[in-house]
Amino acid sequence: MNAVIDISGLSKSFGRTRALDGLDLTVQRDEVHGFLGPNGAGKSTTIRILLGLLRADAGSARVLGGDPWRDVAALHRRLAYVPGDVTLWPTLSGGEIIDLLGRLRGGLDTRRRAELLERFELDPTKKARTYSKGNRQKVALVAALSSDVELLLLDEPTAGLDPLMEAAFRDCIAEERKRGRSVLLSSHILAEVEALCDRVSIIRSGRIVESGTLADLRHLTRTSVTAELAHVPAGLADMPGVHNVGVDGMLVRCEVDNERLDDLLRVVSQAGVRSLISQPPTLEQLFLRHYEAEPATAVSS
Amino acid sequence: MTAVRGTPTLVRLALRLDRVKLTVWILGLTVVVIAMASAFQGLYPTVPSRQAFGLAVSTNPSLRALIGPLFDATSIGGLVAWRAGPVLVLAGLMGMQTVVRHTRLEEETGRHELVGSGVVGRYAALTAALATAFGAGLGTAALIAGGLVALGLEAAGSVAFGLAVACNVWAFAAVAALTAQSTSSARAANGVAGAVLGLSYLLRALGDSAATGDALARLSWLSPIGWTQQLRPFADERWWVLGLIAAFVVVVAGIAYALVSRRDVDAGLLTDRPGPATADPSLRSPLGLAWRLQRGALLWWTIGFAIAGLAIGGVADGVGDIVGDNPQLADVFEQLGGAEALVDAFIAAVMGILGLIAAVYAVQATLRLRAEEVGLRAEQVLATSVTRAPWVASHLLLAIAGTALLLAVGGGAVGLMHGVRTGDVSGQVPAVIGGGLAQLPAALVLAGVALALFGVLPRLVTVSWALIAMTLLISQIGPVLQLDQWVLNIAPFTHVPRLPGAEMTWTPLLWLSAVAAVSIALGFAGFRRRDIG
Repeated sequence: MNAVIDISGLSKSFGRTRALDGLDLTVQRDEVHGFLGPNGAGKSTTIRILLGLLRADAGSARVLGGDPWRDVAALHRRLAYVPGDVTLWPTLSGGEIIDLLGRLRGGLDTRRRAELLERFELDPTKKARTYSKGNRQKVALVAALSSDVELLLLDEPTAGLDPLMEAAFRDCIAEERKRGRSVLLSSHILAEVEALCDRVSIIRSGRIVESGTLADLRHLTRTSVTAELAHVPAGLADMPGVHNVGVDGMLVRCEVDNERLDDLLRVVSQAGVRSLISQPPTLEQLFLRHYEAEPATAVSS
Repeated sequence: MTAVRGTPTLVRLALRLDRVKLTVWILGLTVVVIAMASAFQGLYPTVPSRQAFGLAVSTNPSLRALIGPLFDATSIGGLVAWRAGPVLVLAGLMGMQTVVRHTRLEEETGRHELVGSGVVGRYAALTAALATAFGAGLGTAALIAGGLVALGLEAAGSVAFGLAVACNVWAFAAVAALTAQSTSSARAANGVAGAVLGLSYLLRALGDSAATGDALARLSWLSPIGWTQQLRPFADERWWVLGLIAAFVVVVAGIAYALVSRRDVDAGLLTDRPGPATADPSLRSPLGLAWRLQRGALLWWTIGFAIAGLAIGGVADGVGDIVGDNPQLADVFEQLGGAEALVDAFIAAVMGILGLIAAVYAVQATLRLRAEEVGLRAEQVLATSVTRAPWVASHLLLAIAGTALLLAVGGGAVGLMHGVRTGDVSGQVPAVIGGGLAQLPAALVLAGVALALFGVLPRLVTVSWALIAMTLLISQIGPVLQLDQWVLNIAPFTHVPRLPGAEMTWTPLLWLSAVAAVSIALGFAGFRRRDIG
């Protein structure tokens, strides 16, 4: 079986709050899978179920072929986790914590550890109490990346890192992928997702609303078309799949669902095209559409 | 004024956060004092009965050490002011914890940063914390004074005793203000302030155990607790002592204020030294981690138990100085929980108190689990190949072993010092260690209940502290109030054989151990199936 994470119909409620509502998610072996969604959508809850810290109310979750709730010790030897909000033992030094977490996981590669400390410019002799948020994040990252594991669960791992360190992080993840490790990466940083992820899943109100490669996702969304025409065709705004039509003299701007692009171009070409610009959706537009859309229906359902 | 801008808002925030805690504290202290006064009215209704009781108490150095000096036995108020001596210590604890909670803890958790970025002056947090503690002290004083007056006690004495309680709240609030500024964690701030409180009690105890005129008696004047007793409520109140407390508060709090302006947010006065770049080989298991996290606290607790034990052992044979056939005195010992020979009964009673204090350690060490969980550190350990049961077991094991260590050290120190003074070291040391260890099952019942709460009802773990307080009340003042036996039986320490002196009986200890074991099993079972966080 080739999926390292296979979730179907996962549900979890905290009191009256429904955190996960029939979530389906598959992460294939050797892929870096982006896990995106607005705050409170259920990303951390999903990861915590995958770690066996929370117990799902319904649905099934398999991690590396095992049950995350029952096979804790065996599974956790094969995965590493970086929490979004890293808190450390204030009286231990960063180096001690990296060693401790590595040993508890079943051993760590000391050469890799030294190399990572250098790349992330982390002083391991400082007491955890004195680390900034970014440095605490680095401690957790070094501990996770210097372990020899098959799967990395990273919950917003670059929150608090400066741009230089973020670049170092991207390099590391790219290397991890080359070594054949699978990664579930929850993130809000689109450039990071675009640079690293083979596939992404977008979660909203506890369900996956979109999943696929970035090319797939782009394909599902709209293209912006700007055209200068000899005359403005009638009924443009009423065409199926055409949105946000704006007319300024002979200049027409609109967005069109990708599967209707052909229909639109046919109409436009008959109106005497003088210039035409067609833009695929930017990643940002893509995500904003999912982040903003239909909040009311999701809550009330 | 800009330096304290925002203080009223912060005080309101503190009161909102503490509405349950402070209410329980204030009402608890008040009820204890009022209940004692009411009980004494029933027990010693006539002046001669009070005087006989008073003579027995005030000529006994051990009792003076344990509870405090008795200045006037002719009035009910005088007896209350003496017997409620331990309330003064508790009041200090309330003031200390309140201030640390609203200064260092807020800073450590980063919440203060959020508040501090608003329109809030540099001194506002400290001022608000002190104001809250001072208000709580004033409220306690008013309620106690009002209650005592309502029972028909003399007004001046009632006010003086209320103020004596409040003075301890204020003095140790100031001490905590200082430790909160000079240490870099709430745990350390509470620890150092607690050590000052313990030392104040000890100095007072040593001073009060000495005969009048003895040079040793001056030690009481080195202790804020000693001062507040020297206010002498109901015995020709010496109001000028209030000035002494006020000066102490102003100086100590003044130093704390001076420190605020000298250090950065989140830093202490004592800066952190660098640690090792790699972990020691021993730091490779949950137990290794738990030991690393708990060893510092255990060391300080052990030192505290050793010092307290030596001091108690030093005054224990004073009980024997008293004519043995004084029936009133026998009464007092009955109330303290002992029976048999006076000295042994005194030591056994002290062991009961040490057992209860050790239970505080046991519960605190057990609840470290919850602190790790709430602090989100537990999930990092549980995300490794460590499973839940070994993680819980690691901290629990240290709680159990640590409690046994404290009781053995405390008992051993009492036995050693008492043995040296009576020329019977080889006999006393094992006997008193036995008396200490006999308390272990009872202390573990409380730790077990704390673990059961942690496993099954994690949001309610603080109920463990309410149970400790209830046990303290039942075992320390239950007998004074002549509560029914079934009420006394609720407290686990009621069932402990009074060693040394009394017959060793295994049955109650086995029962207590069984209750502890069942609670622990419940805690494990509950934690295995619940969500983390």
